[in-house]
Amino acid sequence: MRRANRKDEQELANDGLTYPDTEYFCKTRPVPVGPQFKAMEAVRNWARANSLAVQAFGTGCGAVELRPLMTARYDAYRYGITGSPTPRQSCVFVIGGYASVKTLKRIVVSYEQMQNPKFVVALGSCTVNGGMYWDSYNTINRIDHYIPVDLYVSGCMPRPEALLAGFVKLKELIKAGKCEGANRYIENLDWYKANQKRVIKNWNMPDYNW
Amino acid sequence: MFERSSDRSRYPEVVDGKPVVDLDSEKYVKIWHGPQHPGITGNMSLELILCGDEVVDCKTHVGYLHRGFEKLMERRTWIQNFPVVCRIAVPEPAFNEYLYAAGVEELAGIQVPERAQWIRNLNLEMMRLASFLAWLGGQAGAFGNSTIGQWTVTHRDYLLDLFEEMTGGRIYHMYMVPGGVRSGLPDGFEERLEAVLKKVEKLLKEIELVLLNNSVFKARAVGLGYIDKDMIDRYGITGPNQRACGIKRDVRKDCPYLVYDQLDFEVITGTASDTYERTLVRYQEMHQCIDLCRQIVGRMPKDGPFHQPLPNVLHWRIPPGETYVKAECTRGEKGYYLVSDGSLYPRRICIRGPSYTHAFPVMEKLAIGTDIADIAGLMVSLHTYPPEIER
Amino acid sequence: MKELFERLQALFAVTDFHQQRADLGFLSIPKDHAEMLIRHLRDHEGFTHLVFFTAVDYIEDGVFRLVYMLHNYGTKDTLGVHVDISRENATMTSIHELWEQAGLYQRELKEMFGIDFPGSPRLDEDFLLEGWDEIPPMRREFDTRAYAEATFFPREGRTKSDPRTHMREQLYPDPDQE
Repeated sequence: MRRANRKDEQELANDGLTYPDTEYFCKTRPVPVGPQFKAMEAVRNWARANSLAVQAFGTGCGAVELRPLMTARYDAYRYGITGSPTPRQSCVFVIGGYASVKTLKRIVVSYEQMQNPKFVVALGSCTVNGGMYWDSYNTINRIDHYIPVDLYVSGCMPRPEALLAGFVKLKELIKAGKCEGANRYIENLDWYKANQKRVIKNWNMPDYNW
Repeated sequence: MFERSSDRSRYPEVVDGKPVVDLDSEKYVKIWHGPQHPGITGNMSLELILCGDEVVDCKTHVGYLHRGFEKLMERRTWIQNFPVVCRIAVPEPAFNEYLYAAGVEELAGIQVPERAQWIRNLNLEMMRLASFLAWLGGQAGAFGNSTIGQWTVTHRDYLLDLFEEMTGGRIYHMYMVPGGVRSGLPDGFEERLEAVLKKVEKLLKEIELVLLNNSVFKARAVGLGYIDKDMIDRYGITGPNQRACGIKRDVRKDCPYLVYDQLDFEVITGTASDTYERTLVRYQEMHQCIDLCRQIVGRMPKDGPFHQPLPNVLHWRIPPGETYVKAECTRGEKGYYLVSDGSLYPRRICIRGPSYTHAFPVMEKLAIGTDIADIAGLMVSLHTYPPEIER
Repeated sequence: MKELFERLQALFAVTDFHQQRADLGFLSIPKDHAEMLIRHLRDHEGFTHLVFFTAVDYIEDGVFRLVYMLHNYGTKDTLGVHVDISRENATMTSIHELWEQAGLYQRELKEMFGIDFPGSPRLDEDFLLEGWDEIPPMRREFDTRAYAEATFFPREGRTKSDPRTHMREQLYPDPDQE
């Protein structure tokens, strides 16, 4: 078992915190997680794809179309999609539409608190290029510069059938092993954090909220 | 329901309506009933200070959905604002379209044809019904009864199908242009509407048995969130919240707009202004919506133009002036204040959402003294939608 | 509503009455008498409902025009009171004792326009914006598009080409290039 070289481990600065909060948060940088047993990975990906728990955070307009998805008419449960009340218990984060700067801070905190494996589905055209609020002083234009996105579903707003098609595509991507958003986030943590800190002016959080 | 101890010596004293709380003494816990929560009516949060199970202080925080609409609308021409406007109040967009169109028509002096008025009114009443259905699911779900949410959201979906037939979109219709509506009703629409209304009526009968006669709902909702009569004008409370106190005011009756002066309906009031009474008033208003939809379909003129031709909208200058138009949406009085200075762009558009007063001063006052488990139910019973607070 | 204006004219320095509709009228009053007029309207004339309270920025005249919209439930009339205040050092007396929601409108005006209301409760707390360090955004000199392009990452749009030149190149390519 090879131990990581101490010089390679850079500590997180956590300079948004003041004493005594600095004592409560971890300083070691997160590391990307690879598959434990490569041979079993196909079975594990199949299991992950069929048990998606969507976090209960309605960030924007798109949350209105998530509600009909969980009813009997569109029935997302037969695809293995359920709801989950907290970030720690969920694995899919559906970002429903535009994200204002205040919500972006909460999105980042919720995303980092989710446990691996985690996937992000971005709904609507506001996540792609800012949508109709492209020139607004309070909404961000491209969500994938702040957190890693696995799948976009475009529309304004996307119909529940479009959402279901998006989830089906997400499952295919998971089974093919291509949904490595969490690892991408950790590998490029400095770039993501620089983007976030540029927009979120009152940074009073640790650098990684695990 | 358990009884609260009448010995208030262990609770903080109240000075000027606000409790004096010392957070460093380890009697109190501050939690965020926050933006990531299954029990709120949208993306807003409450900062609660608890003493045991009882809320002693509450602060509302909004701003999570602030897009700067009023600033964006000053940058777009009058016709470019028309698709933007419906996204201000996300679960109930049709009222925004109607009010913007009505304001522009009043400033520009455009006459709307008769049939267009009736179609607009039908769209608004269907929108009220859909919004009430979604609300009812939320109110029951806040007290733990999530079956009703499944029923009502499905029936709302039937209404959204009808909207899609009529306008082309399920949620955001972009249908009421200044000058009329964008298209007439499709063939056979009235029969399909009647079929859906029958389904909704049958559902409401079942909901009356399951929810309004439910002993758990009655035990939890009666006495929760009592609004005093002298709070109404002091806080600017409108809509069913105010009518449940016994005050008979309704914008549709007092300042009739569209074709409401040709329809027969009564203003529904209640007496005990708690959560149960508000639920009852809204339930009766749902029946009223169904009745109004049937009246409108019966009395609508069968043919006629549905749109007044507009001047070249790319170079459309509205004469200078200002106006305020209002409508009765599910939550209360919604109004648009438009100021024009004669140029291609609006000077100022201010949106008066009813949730502005319901979510802030009223919620902060009513939350003090309630149980933490009932806060979600209280918030949903005031029927606040965060997007229209912060636009 | 004309009689209402005449009654008020006898008591206050109201000017510029404009009747927009049968039940909607606007009038102006100087800044120092505004609070007394609003109190009088609420207590003696029956305008008990504060509908909203906002400001319009007239940068070319150097004023903010505050608009108090009051509604009378008895006669179903709506009256808009215009108060002009200067854009530099914009302050106004607070009306938070008359209506509870006025404190909230004043918080929003402080954040969005920069108008100060001394005495209003919780005036300096963030209302809609968090960590905002530019000028108040609803002022007309604030350019929201320039700010959005500088702070956020705009996505380049699709390239557009003129259909005429595109078809000409397709159907009649330049003979010198062959």
